[in-house]
Formats: sequence, C-alpha cells, structure tokens
Amino acid sequence: MSAASVLEVEELVKHFPVGRGLVGSSGTVHAVDGVSFELREGEMLGLVGESGSGKTTLANCVVRLLEPTSGSIRLHGRDITHLSRRELRPLRRSLHMVFQDPFSSLNPRMTVGEIVAEPLRLHRLAGRKTRESRVIETFERVGLGPEHRFRYPHELSGGQRQRVGLARSLILEPSVLVADEPVSALDVSVQASILNLLRDLQRDMGFSCLFITHDLATVEFLCDRIAVMYLGQLVEVASRDAIFRDPQHPYTQALLSAAVVPDPAEQRKRRRVVLEGDPPSPLAPPSGCRFHTRCPLHDLSAPQSDEVEPALREFAPDHLVACHLVAPGTPAPRISGVEASVA
Amino acid sequence: MSAEPLLEVDDLSVRFDTDEGPVQAVDRVSFALAPGEVLGIVGESGCGKSVTCMSLVRLLPETAKVSGSVRFGGADLLALGPRRLRRVRGREISYIFQEPMTSLNPVFTVGDQIGEVVRRHLDLSRRDARRRAVELLQLVRIPAPQRRVDEYPHQLSGGMRQRVMIAMALACDPKVLIADEPTTALDVTIQAGILDLMREVREKLGTAIVLVTHNLGVVADIADRVIVMYAGRKVEEAPAAELFAAPQHPYTVGLLGAIPRPGERRERLEEIPGRVPASARPLEHCVFADRCRYADETTRTQVPDLRPVRPGHLVACFHPEAERAA
Repeated sequence: MSAASVLEVEELVKHFPVGRGLVGSSGTVHAVDGVSFELREGEMLGLVGESGSGKTTLANCVVRLLEPTSGSIRLHGRDITHLSRRELRPLRRSLHMVFQDPFSSLNPRMTVGEIVAEPLRLHRLAGRKTRESRVIETFERVGLGPEHRFRYPHELSGGQRQRVGLARSLILEPSVLVADEPVSALDVSVQASILNLLRDLQRDMGFSCLFITHDLATVEFLCDRIAVMYLGQLVEVASRDAIFRDPQHPYTQALLSAAVVPDPAEQRKRRRVVLEGDPPSPLAPPSGCRFHTRCPLHDLSAPQSDEVEPALREFAPDHLVACHLVAPGTPAPRISGVEASVA
Repeated sequence: MSAEPLLEVDDLSVRFDTDEGPVQAVDRVSFALAPGEVLGIVGESGCGKSVTCMSLVRLLPETAKVSGSVRFGGADLLALGPRRLRRVRGREISYIFQEPMTSLNPVFTVGDQIGEVVRRHLDLSRRDARRRAVELLQLVRIPAPQRRVDEYPHQLSGGMRQRVMIAMALACDPKVLIADEPTTALDVTIQAGILDLMREVREKLGTAIVLVTHNLGVVADIADRVIVMYAGRKVEEAPAAELFAAPQHPYTVGLLGAIPRPGERRERLEEIPGRVPASARPLEHCVFADRCRYADETTRTQVPDLRPVRPGHLVACFHPEAERAA
C-alpha cells in the first residue's frame, strides 16, 4: 500500500492537569503520549483500545476539539495543530466526526432536517432550496425517508439517530471522517445495519475513516488497517490480516485471546490469556514499556522493558510494533499457548 | 435436566402501569434452573431480561405488577412475607449488578460491606466476619486480600470491584447466583478474568448461575442452556451448543447473523429490519411478525405457543428453521 496519506499525526501528546483544587493531589493525566500514525487515502483505519487507553482523546485532538499539548497534525499536508477556530472553519468541510452517543450529540430543539442542514448553512454553501434537496439526498443516502426531516431527535430510535449523525457528518462530503465508537451505544441488531451502512458509504463516497472502537470483531469486519493503543501509546499498527493472523505485541495477543466468540464449540476451545493486575493509571504511567507491569512475557523482556521505552518500529513491511522482544525478522514469542492464569 | 429443578418460574408476567398506559415488560415467561447449571438469558435492551431476573427476588418497585410463580425450596418467592424473603435474598439467592461502582457503598470499606452480609445472615462476630471477608476476597482472586479488605471501593479498579461484588454475592454460599450483565461495564481483558471466575465458582461451589447478557459471546463462553427473549417473551430456549449450531427462531438467527465474528470475513452483516415493538400490551399475533421475513397470515393473527422442535429445544414460532428446511 502506497496510497497518499490524507492525515498525518506525529508525536501527538495530550496531557491534562488534574487536582489543582483544595483536595487530592495534583498531577498530570498522560492521556495521549507520543502517538504517530497516518491515515491513507480511502482507507478505514481502526483504532482499538480499552477504556482509558486515550483513544477518544486522540480522536478529539485529531479533529481539534481539543488542543494537543505537543506534536503535530497535518490534514492534506497542512499543519492544523494550532490553527484558531476561525482558521479551522474552512477545513471543517473536509474533516468530520461522528460521536458515540446519538442521544446527546444531537440538539434536541432542532428538527433532524435542520441538524443535517446546519453544516451547509454555517459554511454558506447553498441557498435554502438547494439545502433542502441536499438534505433529502443525504437522508436517502443514510437510509432515512425524507419525511423524517421534520422529526425531532427524541422521536427517533437510536439507530435512526445515528443515521442522522452520519448524515450531518457526510453532507459536506468530507475527505476524512473520524468515528468514535459510533455503534457501541446501539443494540446488536441495529449495530449491524449501521456498520453495513458505514461500509457502503465509505465505498461510495471514498472518504478516509478513522474508526475508534474497543471491539475487535467490528474492526476486523470493517477496517483495512488497525492500530492498537495501550495507555496513551500505540503498541502495534498493521494491516487487518497481520493483526489478526500474526499479532506481535503481547498486548495485541492478549486482547485477541480475550475476545469472546459467539460460538460455544469455538469459544470453549480457546485458551485465553488473562492479564495480571490492573491497568496502570495514566496519572503515573509505568517507566519503560507501559505494558511491562502486566506483560505475560515480562520474564523475557525484563529488565530492559522496565527502563527503556520501546520505539514503534518496523517489524515487517507495513507492520509496526513497539516491543523489545520484536525486531525485524524476529517475531514475538506466542503467548496464546500460555495457560490462563486463573486455572 | 434430570435433577429436580432448584428454581422454577411459571408464567411470570410483569406489568408497569405508567402515565402512558400499561407496559407489559414480561409476558408469561416460564423456565427452570437445575442445581449447578448456568442459564443464559439473552436479548436486546428492553426485552425484559433484567426485569425477569429482578422479579425473581422481588427487587422491582411497587409499581410493578408481578404475576405467576417462582418456586424455590418449597415456597413461592412471589408470595413470601418480607422476613422470609430477606432470609432467601443474599443467602440462598444472590444478585450481581451490572455496575459495580454504583452498587457498592462508597463510604464503607470492602471488608465492612462483605462483613455486613455474613453478620446479618450467618450471625458471625465482627472478627469472624472480617476473617470471612478476607477468605472471600482470596476466593475471587483479589491480590493482597489482607490489605484490600480495608480499602474503599474507589481505590479499586472496575474489574476488582466486580470481584468484590461476586465475593459479596458468594458470602453465604448461595445456591443461585443471578448475574445481570456482570461484564458489560468491563474491558475484554478484564471480562475474561470474571468469566473464568464465574466458571470456577460453579465448579468449586456448585452454584447455579442465571446470567443475563446481551453479549452472545459471553453466553457461548459459559452457559449450559440459553433463553432468548424478545419484547417480553421467551421466544427460544435450547442447550447452548444447539442454540448456536441450529437456531430455530428467525430472531435468534438474525441476531447471530448480525454480529461480526473474529476470523470470519463477510461482506455484509445480516440486518433485522424494523425495530423492537413497544411492549405495551399482550399482542394478538407473533411479537416478531413485523420484522420477520417469513411472516404470513397465521403469524399476523395468532400467537405462537412455545413448542419443542427437539428434546429440550423450545421455540415460539410458526415457521422454525427446522421445519422450513424440510
């Protein structure tokens, strides 16, 4: 794959100061700590991580809802890291976001037709007449009838609301869409239709998509490439096939082994790796490799992993891994054969 | 199931009278739980799975009109007086809630909260209660239980809190554990540990478990038998292996087709058209008729009864998979 990149994120850092009040200790949440990746033209890149890994903060920085502490974000080659709101406005046409919660992300006082038309209005892109027809067209695209325009968000089901969210994000035909857990608030049967829709839209419209989720099966269904995040950093970035057939980072291996499969015959054969201990606090991330406190291969990687932070480097073409045990041509030892710690 | 059932639910219905009229949350659901069995109850939000379980030990608010019977240990739990009910709750049947943070009391230590259960039910002294609490924390594999016993819920991670909830639920060695979405709030790597723990509890202590979840993967992992609920009804029930290998109800088939599976590269996920009906009142037709591709005149005018398609495999459908194929 040598497609041009539409979005380049380099060494992105986002720290939040906390506890400057009267109670509690002060400190810094290392939400995102030096993340670099590129989103290529027309691809679906899945960003996978568990709660607290910093994936949503990263997404919010990418669309500049948050100002990064340091690092850079380039959209179509232009540095947007520190642009002001006014400077950002023209760029908002090409960079849109879909939010997780279709309930709180739509204004309850506007009809969904008005919500979807708003980007056109704000960018002064079309007169009232054209707006109307663009809205109807976009509604159709996301599988909503034109009569839905006059409804309010509360009158729609969760799935319909998420379709409205998609319509709003896509009406300006952006080149980049950032989707933050767009289906996790929805029921299983509704999730399927939104995932199918997102895939169809992406193929028709050709936008690039950064898809954020905690669900591995979803990224496997939807994404071309996958980036795995742990405690504010990327630990592995590779094609879908490489991640699912040849995962390298011990965390990726553990994550894959822990996912449940809806098939008892298959699921009960699986040996899973139960990670020891709790995820460390992003207030005080461990030294060295951030995963070392829970790594099932810690015996092999210590003491180096306790002190030195492993760089994200190429293990194979287009397959990046941040682990001391992995080097070009030297894959990580398998941990999926390890008996679960709770035996 | 040859053993005498431990818990027998018969024709359980739950209705809520709201300002917008009555809502039939659960509609004539019957099932039995054998000793040591893990029974999964699956369905999407609003299908009545949680309400069903809460009504078993009468945790629902006064506004709920519950009918039917829940037989346990020779008594009908729905007819039990408050004193006797208290002796069953927490001691014979215990409950784990979805959100471990909101179901633990933030101002008491973990030890106090587990201790309260055993002191109330087993009449232990303060010192013995503490010893039992440490034992229980050990049982649920909380590291350094001697130290953790004096900690407050906010000092524990989500997975640890859920382990504390399980410890509390197991405090009196109950016969039945009702777990309502016990892993939904947790990350997958933590979920794996909790599932292992529940399996161990069943094997070591012989506790029967009713596991309520929307996650078919979780059910596939641990359940012996599965009930599928839709709009307040039980639409299918089967041994876990059979339910996944040969689902009969079009809704079950749809649900299974809707989830992406690891290792399986599909072009599209199956969609179930339409949406769940508001379970306002008992219907005069199949609850799934509006969304079913096999719906016909019969489906739209009559209510299908649950009937066996194979031994132990019940389905409420006029056109189950097995008969259509034939």
